Amino acid sequence: MAKRTPLYAAHRALGARLVEFGGWEMPVQYTSIIEEHHAVRRQAGLFDVSHMGEIELRGPHALAACQQLTVNDVGRLRDGQAQYSLLCLPSGGVVDDIIVYRLAADRLLLCVNAANTDTDVAWVREHAGGAEVVDRSAEFAQLALQGPLATAILRRLTTVALDDVAAFACREGEVAGCRTLLARTGYTGEDGWEIYCAPADAPGLWAALLDAGTPSGLRPVGLGARDTLRLERALPLYGHELTERTTPLEAGLGWVVRFAKGAFIGREALLRQRDAGVPRRLIGVVARDGIPRQGYRIVQAGKPVGEVTSGTKSPTLGKAIGLGYVAATLGAPGTALNIEIRGRLVDAEVVPLPFYRRAS
Amino acid sequence: MEFPEDLKYTKEHEWVLIEGGTATVGITDYAQDQLGDIVFVELPAVGDKVSKEDAFGVVESVKAVSDIYAPLSGKVIEVNDDLPDDPEMLNEDPYGDGWIIRIELTDPEEIEDLMTSAEYEQYVAEEKE
Repeated sequence: MAKRTPLYAAHRALGARLVEFGGWEMPVQYTSIIEEHHAVRRQAGLFDVSHMGEIELRGPHALAACQQLTVNDVGRLRDGQAQYSLLCLPSGGVVDDIIVYRLAADRLLLCVNAANTDTDVAWVREHAGGAEVVDRSAEFAQLALQGPLATAILRRLTTVALDDVAAFACREGEVAGCRTLLARTGYTGEDGWEIYCAPADAPGLWAALLDAGTPSGLRPVGLGARDTLRLERALPLYGHELTERTTPLEAGLGWVVRFAKGAFIGREALLRQRDAGVPRRLIGVVARDGIPRQGYRIVQAGKPVGEVTSGTKSPTLGKAIGLGYVAATLGAPGTALNIEIRGRLVDAEVVPLPFYRRAS
Repeated sequence: MEFPEDLKYTKEHEWVLIEGGTATVGITDYAQDQLGDIVFVELPAVGDKVSKEDAFGVVESVKAVSDIYAPLSGKVIEVNDDLPDDPEMLNEDPYGDGWIIRIELTDPEEIEDLMTSAEYEQYVAEEKE
């Protein structure tokens, strides 16, 4: 049976439509995916992301273990800083995409995808060397407050100096009287916060945030809009753009892979691929008369050249957008392709990624 | 949730308005609510033949692709040409401006297989449980 977050009753009370996702019963929408999407782009949205997993590496060997396990350079982090990273296989394929928080030199918190939590815990334990590995997933609920008004809304409930917390930094502090870890991270392409708290505090915090933000247009947002938001910003989703059979270099995540830091799992395979050139790469397409969806074939001159990994009708752009892999030679923006949709070839064009980027 | 009494219904959540030998077809209020925001529709052409219980078109919400099934057999004599540009009419007015196609029936006895409003309301109540 699917697991429930501490906010399950709150979602029911709000009339959410619940679906199973990654082994959890989660709200896919409260009223309308499109309205919720626009709220995050224009005002702010509140997400329950308590299904995410949290794994902590502890002890004097925590940093070394994290360097070995992840492709980014944890050595660049100071206490209270975070980075996007990946766990890779020796083949260079992706086990998961994660956020690494350096809480202290001997405490690194890995936030991982819900559906991968068990796999990740096993993988991390197997390769942790002398570091202690603690699965803390059950100790945390997590709320994401995202959108241009997110910081202003959060300020009403905390004395933490939010302006001092840069993007990808984190800070421990109280919000609405609850102890939290506040991280300036997200999965929407907007400014915002991911707020880690004790499960018992989550319903009160959720209600306090909604009370504080509703007058400013804050609304609860489900996983449906979370997906359209991340897709417009071309943020990868595990199981779609990232799998054990795709590498970070193919996925356009070469910037995350820090070869110069020294040894890590997957380094040799990724170096070889970097030197030989990637055989395929992730592209963005805009389709003319149909919506790209995962698994649809990408065709050029009648020949299959790749496959769509995610697609939707972009609420912000009003266009049908998709991510997918094609032969590396075909990925230049402006390239004309077709998407095969129910046996029909639909015109599409390669466009630069991301599809959407917020004005800075 | 509306279940107009002058319509007939299918288990696939289409509604049918019978007028003489023709039937107007759409998706029900319950169907549009379950689908969520509809952003794309694919319709047959006038003159196409449709068979009872076969897919004749597609509606796509933000998240998902769903077939629309013919409630009855016949020939398509009219399609709602406004829908491709305004697919949200399927959400806003499923029994009115959101109608999908009109069929000239080839086997009117098939009407007997459709549900009444009361039967469909009961069917939806059971599906929700």
